[in-house]
Amino acid sequence: MRVLKELCRQPAAVFGLVIVLAVVIAAIAAPWLAPYAPDNQMFEGLTLEGAPMPPGEDFLLGTDTLGRDLLSRLLYGARTSLIIGLVANGVAVAIGLFVGVTAGYMRGWVGGTMMRFTDLMMAFPALLLAIVLAAILKPSLWIVAMVIALVNWVQVARIVYTETRGLVERDFIMAERALGAGNARIVLRHVLPHLVPTAIVWGTLGIATTVLLEATLSFLGIGVQPPEPSWGNIIFESQSYFQAAPWLVFFPGAVILLTALAFNLVGDALRDILDPTQRGRG
Amino acid sequence: MARLLARRLVQSCLILFGVAAITFVLLYALPADPARMLAGRSATAQTVENIRRELGLDQPLLTQFLAYLGNLVQGDLGRSYAQKTEVATLIAARLPATLTLMAAGIFVEVLLGLTFGIVAALNRGGALDRFVMASAFVGVSAPQFVVALLLLYVFAATLSWFPMSGYGTAAHVVLPAMTLGILGAGWYARMARSAMIDVLNQDFIRTARAKGLSGRRVVLRHALPNAILPVVAMIGIDIGQFMGGVVVVEAVYGWPGIGQLAWQAIQQVDIPIIMGVTLTSAFAIILGNLVADLIAPMIDPRIRSH
Repeated sequence: MRVLKELCRQPAAVFGLVIVLAVVIAAIAAPWLAPYAPDNQMFEGLTLEGAPMPPGEDFLLGTDTLGRDLLSRLLYGARTSLIIGLVANGVAVAIGLFVGVTAGYMRGWVGGTMMRFTDLMMAFPALLLAIVLAAILKPSLWIVAMVIALVNWVQVARIVYTETRGLVERDFIMAERALGAGNARIVLRHVLPHLVPTAIVWGTLGIATTVLLEATLSFLGIGVQPPEPSWGNIIFESQSYFQAAPWLVFFPGAVILLTALAFNLVGDALRDILDPTQRGRG
Repeated sequence: MARLLARRLVQSCLILFGVAAITFVLLYALPADPARMLAGRSATAQTVENIRRELGLDQPLLTQFLAYLGNLVQGDLGRSYAQKTEVATLIAARLPATLTLMAAGIFVEVLLGLTFGIVAALNRGGALDRFVMASAFVGVSAPQFVVALLLLYVFAATLSWFPMSGYGTAAHVVLPAMTLGILGAGWYARMARSAMIDVLNQDFIRTARAKGLSGRRVVLRHALPNAILPVVAMIGIDIGQFMGGVVVVEAVYGWPGIGQLAWQAIQQVDIPIIMGVTLTSAFAIILGNLVADLIAPMIDPRIRSH
């Protein structure tokens, strides 16, 4: 509650929150908000020459090359982006927490091996890895989410590792251990609660990265597959047409940008609020 | 220094080995079958089998991997399945285009990022600072392909200032480099700003000002060199990322770099090329980090004593 109150004091964070809320509403209420079905190829949706319709009265944001309503597709696309954002990033944060805490707490060869593996992943060209995986596996919503999670956990693991190392040195953990608490109790009751702010911040910032990565993969044609609408594949389907129908690139592009921006703004503000040492460092 | 360097080199080799192993196993385990891809749709089972044997794909994973490593140690990245050419030759042929784009992209992002970061730091809390930081936020949130398509639409399709796609003249570099630069500049601006703010608050800056030095001299000669370290580290990281990761920009602009080579290879499941590009890129990432770490003590003597 305190966090929300502090968030509302920052104009940038409020701007971000409003957009996040709008995207969530769009995703949940897409069937009621969308003027047409997202995969309805309408005869009236094309001009007499068979070209997409520009934004106008019947189709607020215009139509695509198959005569489908762009606004409806964008609203349903919000579902795709949010599902992938939450699932992929949830999994990434979970893996990152697990690896980071285990490595930071256990030290020894288990921790060492885990961190060497993390170093290894840092040297991997992440985008290339994601593209290879997504292209060779049969792409679907869940595969895309897993590929993104597989690429994105590394950063979280490194931050959590550093924080855990710092925590383990602290007096209250030592005291707890002296009192005879087991490892499981220390980790669950004392280490993890201290990592909640980090998880929240990276959970939020990570959604921005995830939304961008999903859009990129879908734009390359190896993400979410048409006719299922995703902001990235809408642009993928119409990119060869973009000179004649720039709105087909402009609107989905703007939506992707705004969504990523919103999650970045909120995440950044959360970091300022939850981690006072970072305050004012931009 | 020499010992540190030796340790880092050994570490780097181990990491490269790890990247090779993981990529190899992944490509082996994935459901794509390069032999079938090469044989084409109408090939008989016998043809596919022959191709598989010819490429050595019928061997067990470990045998294949050891053979690959054996060649790799001698600098041999193998032959492309589809093009039958040496992978090393294919990558070398793409190197000039990739390096050109990398240099131009890094130039744009550092120039924009540093300028805006410094301006923001000097006007901390002011309207200009807020504007710059807001733009930086937009920059780090913008999808690469959308920016690429927009620049293409405005400056190539509508204004015809630059060619739509291709490679060869200076004009061809501008839009791809701008795409990479505009997006990267956001990170540099944020980093330069916070580094500058840290430095500007320190005593020696106050002393320099008190001595009566001009504002510009204080900023450029005293503050900036002390704030440049994180920027150098970031350039090191970018070198690695640009080496293999600019698939999208190269695809949109038809830029014949390593990213395009990788993208074509991925679609044909041309495993030797995918391996080669991944290793080249990992090598560049490691090298970039290493170089940044080596340059750091030259810029900042304080690091030398550690």
